[in-house]
Amino acid sequence: MIKQVTRHIVQNEPLLFEQSSPGKKGYQLPALDVPESDPEKVLGRENVRDEIDGFPEVSEFEALRHFTRLSTWNYAIDLGLYPLGSCTMKYNPRINELVARTEGVAWAHPYQPESLSQGCMEVIAALESALAEITGMDAVTLQPAAGAHGEFTGILMIRALLESRGNARKKILVPDSAHGTNPATAMMVGYTVENIKSNDRGMVDLGVLERVVTEDVAGLMITNPNTVGVFEENIRKICATLHDKGALVYMDGANMNALVGVARPGDFGVDVMHLNLHKTFSTPHGGGGPGSGAVAVAKVLTPFLPGPRLKREGDKWHWNYDLPQSIGRVRAYYGNFGVLVRALAYIMAHGGNGLRQATLDALLNANYIRTLLEPYYELAYKAPSMHECVFSDDRQAKHGIRTGDVAKRLIDYGFHPYTVSFPLIVRGAMMIEPTETEGKRDLDAFIDAMISIAKEVEETPELVAKAPHSTRTLRVDEVTAARKPVVRWIPRSTASQAAD
Amino acid sequence: MLAAIGLNSEEDLVSYLASDVRFNGKLAIPDGKSEYEIVDYFKQRAAENALGYSSFLGAGVYYHYRPVLVDTVVSRGEFLTSYTPYQAEISQGTLTSIFEFQTMICQLTGMEVANASMYDGSSAVPEAAMMAVRITRRDKVLVARTVHPEYRQVLQTYTQHQGIPLEEIGYDKKGRLDLDDLRKKLNEDVAAIIVQTPNFFGLLEQLGEMKRLVAAKGALLVVVFTEAAALGIIEPPRDADVVVGELQSFAISPSYGGPYVGIIATLEKYIRQIPGRLVGETTDAAGHRAFCLTLATREQHIRREKATSNICTNQALLALMATVFMTLYGKEGLRELAVQNLSKAHYLAGKLPLRFDAPFFNEFVITANGRSPEEINSKLLEQKIIGGLPLGRFYPELTNCMLLCATEMNKRSDMDAVASAFKN
Amino acid sequence: MTYPDTYKYTKQHEWVHANGDSGTIGITNHAQHELGDIVFVELPKTGTNVRKGEALGSVESVKAVSDIYSPVSGEIVAVNELLSHHPEKLNQDPHGDAWLAKIKFSAPGEMDELLSADDYQKYVSAE
Repeated sequence: MIKQVTRHIVQNEPLLFEQSSPGKKGYQLPALDVPESDPEKVLGRENVRDEIDGFPEVSEFEALRHFTRLSTWNYAIDLGLYPLGSCTMKYNPRINELVARTEGVAWAHPYQPESLSQGCMEVIAALESALAEITGMDAVTLQPAAGAHGEFTGILMIRALLESRGNARKKILVPDSAHGTNPATAMMVGYTVENIKSNDRGMVDLGVLERVVTEDVAGLMITNPNTVGVFEENIRKICATLHDKGALVYMDGANMNALVGVARPGDFGVDVMHLNLHKTFSTPHGGGGPGSGAVAVAKVLTPFLPGPRLKREGDKWHWNYDLPQSIGRVRAYYGNFGVLVRALAYIMAHGGNGLRQATLDALLNANYIRTLLEPYYELAYKAPSMHECVFSDDRQAKHGIRTGDVAKRLIDYGFHPYTVSFPLIVRGAMMIEPTETEGKRDLDAFIDAMISIAKEVEETPELVAKAPHSTRTLRVDEVTAARKPVVRWIPRSTASQAAD
Repeated sequence: MLAAIGLNSEEDLVSYLASDVRFNGKLAIPDGKSEYEIVDYFKQRAAENALGYSSFLGAGVYYHYRPVLVDTVVSRGEFLTSYTPYQAEISQGTLTSIFEFQTMICQLTGMEVANASMYDGSSAVPEAAMMAVRITRRDKVLVARTVHPEYRQVLQTYTQHQGIPLEEIGYDKKGRLDLDDLRKKLNEDVAAIIVQTPNFFGLLEQLGEMKRLVAAKGALLVVVFTEAAALGIIEPPRDADVVVGELQSFAISPSYGGPYVGIIATLEKYIRQIPGRLVGETTDAAGHRAFCLTLATREQHIRREKATSNICTNQALLALMATVFMTLYGKEGLRELAVQNLSKAHYLAGKLPLRFDAPFFNEFVITANGRSPEEINSKLLEQKIIGGLPLGRFYPELTNCMLLCATEMNKRSDMDAVASAFKN
Repeated sequence: MTYPDTYKYTKQHEWVHANGDSGTIGITNHAQHELGDIVFVELPKTGTNVRKGEALGSVESVKAVSDIYSPVSGEIVAVNELLSHHPEKLNQDPHGDAWLAKIKFSAPGEMDELLSADDYQKYVSAE
């Protein structure tokens, strides 16, 4: 049988190592304009390596074709809607990619003289200022590399403040609806975690909170709107309860797409929060990163910010390292600068009004989905949804179908699944966040797909249970992958096992 | 759509929020700008930076050519705008390329398991320290003073509240880790020694001897690298228990400090202790090869407060850039690239007063006799040359010294100009 | 699968089978069923002393981790090496071949506080 390259679903594409040929190369360096050093003479024979065993040897074109084919096996925002809750998969504007590659900006070395870095420093200052305005907070650091990194930075600052007052205290309160990074972060800062149960509206229970906030509590990590997409209506009281006992409030800003221009955490009592620039501010996910976890703080925490900090001296920016109470560095250099450029470009393109409008559009889209799907899926909580809505798989479970199965069947309809089984407080959760990017046409297509699947669950559940059927690979065996992990390619004596 | 939801205006979407939590003002951010204005803004910022200069800065961030194909590949929407590959069936592109990345990192470093990336080299160091603490169940960590100073600062920030005391090991007169100092400070409380090679001064460390000392006390050897290009020619750290490093040299623009891409790699027996995402090979329901994220039970979204780390988002797109770079250069290319770096640096170093007498790759420390490193750099700036890093800010005992780096991108004429600036 | 009536049980779904002053510990069929396909079992080192109710290890499926709590106090004298290479045995034979650890009792009276097979059966039926 002739193997042909046809559509992407059936094309063969081995790994790079399986299609290498000795001597092939995809690069060309200029000729040396200095005498060539002999590595063994210069470094000592024992310090020189043998060739890199197994490393690929392919031509430039083979490399391009390989990666192009791989790319066709991916779903992406450019192709279709991602209803992933709390991920905010919005359009990644291409102008961001262009400006981030501007030569004087992309090639700047972090240690180059300040006199030759004013442009970069101005960008950092402009973004810090814009984010402070958006969050209603007093100062911003752009050093952390991602949301979890920002959480770590924020909790470290809380600890530093409390230590300066004589007692770091012992524990951090985390709602049972929180993202997993929250408790993991608290542990890394030397605190223990106390989980607090949500009430029947999916929100922090004030009564429970008042009982558990003691002088041993350093702070509360809260997401607002929370992971069921609902605004914490008691947020002011919650912050007051913590403050009354000398504790602080950390807000996980993953859901900021619901608040920009509509509500400002600094105004309702939050002491420190992080923002995910790769969520709310449109920087691309790139298959898992990079991100940037900007952290905004209230005045009380500004002395503890990671250093260095920008300082204006005359008409020039200067890096100030004289920060006696700073928590130190959370990473080398200044932050994921390339990501900051993209976030700033996004903010500039929208402007104040545009940012608020984007929020309203996001809320509209989420509520539209919620209203039209309510007859078919069990709504988890009745409180008004903001930018995302959460259903439970209770109705489908009666037919032996769970949220994971519905999610896989959605793939056959041409969509990426929603967030499956999170938050943990909802049984069989389906968390859906369309973002403001999606127009009515795509939303209707998504809704129609979900309704069709709901019918299939009742009439032909097998179809849903064994989904997806139309993808390049069928359901993947995650059990064997975990029992016998194979995490790198090793030369095999038998012929390649490329999928076909 | 509003009608479908039963609302009259979009303000109804937020009017239920209490007035004391709603923001009723207007954000003090200028109106939205057009594409051209935004492009212009960044062009102006670029002009305020160093444009058209040649640079001899290294110190953890390196100037290397970026093959054109790197941006071609990562600009594809399917890579740029895709999500974390939790849904394996529609992410085989990302998963396959990460599997290739993990493989190449193992081949490059001599390790058996590598994860799908960390934020950067500096934050990977404390993760390795935490791994060593978990594995040995000891709490003390030794770190060489020749590890990048900012990396050490990050290590300090991470370990200070986890009950992990740190102690520094000094360097000897050759600029490498002082083995006597290490012998003195090694004991059964030590979980690991962290050393960088080539070290911050550009010198190759003596890993073999270190391994013998460390293994005798049941501690782990953690090796850090900041210049990935060195691995094209120098013997990989096969003696290490954990290797962490920075891949910025592999087609990642210096970009004023980030984003970069860190790696962490280790031995098979420690696979469950490694933080971050891992891609594994498996089969699908029809028996065909497929890839998926695996061993997720180590991670925060399942283990929560007992996770190996809190890391969630990593640096996938940059790992892809590095993968394309490693693919294009390949086995021979990485070696040729390293030899060019070695040659350029040794040409320049041959004309200057070296501070340390030990083998080095593409960075070296020189002594500025007579004048200060800052004065020399001022002179070079007049010729649009950015000189090396004056070391006084990190090593007070080396205030009259400068760290210079020469890569394949530095021209002979510029190197001759640097040499002249030292003579006059 | 029935619950052997020579075993004693806990509400956290562990079982213990006494043999003089020591015994064998495992997890119940109900537990393995709830977990789904088991991919990894973390067991304590021999020589470890545990108290009743203390975590002595954990069991992992692809998407979840469950701690195992010791039903009694004592010293771990053996762990089941079979499970490090064949975690799937825990799904297949949780009451037999896939025992977790052998323990030397330090407080034999604790056995009386545990559930009988009948009581445990009733407990899981009600859940």
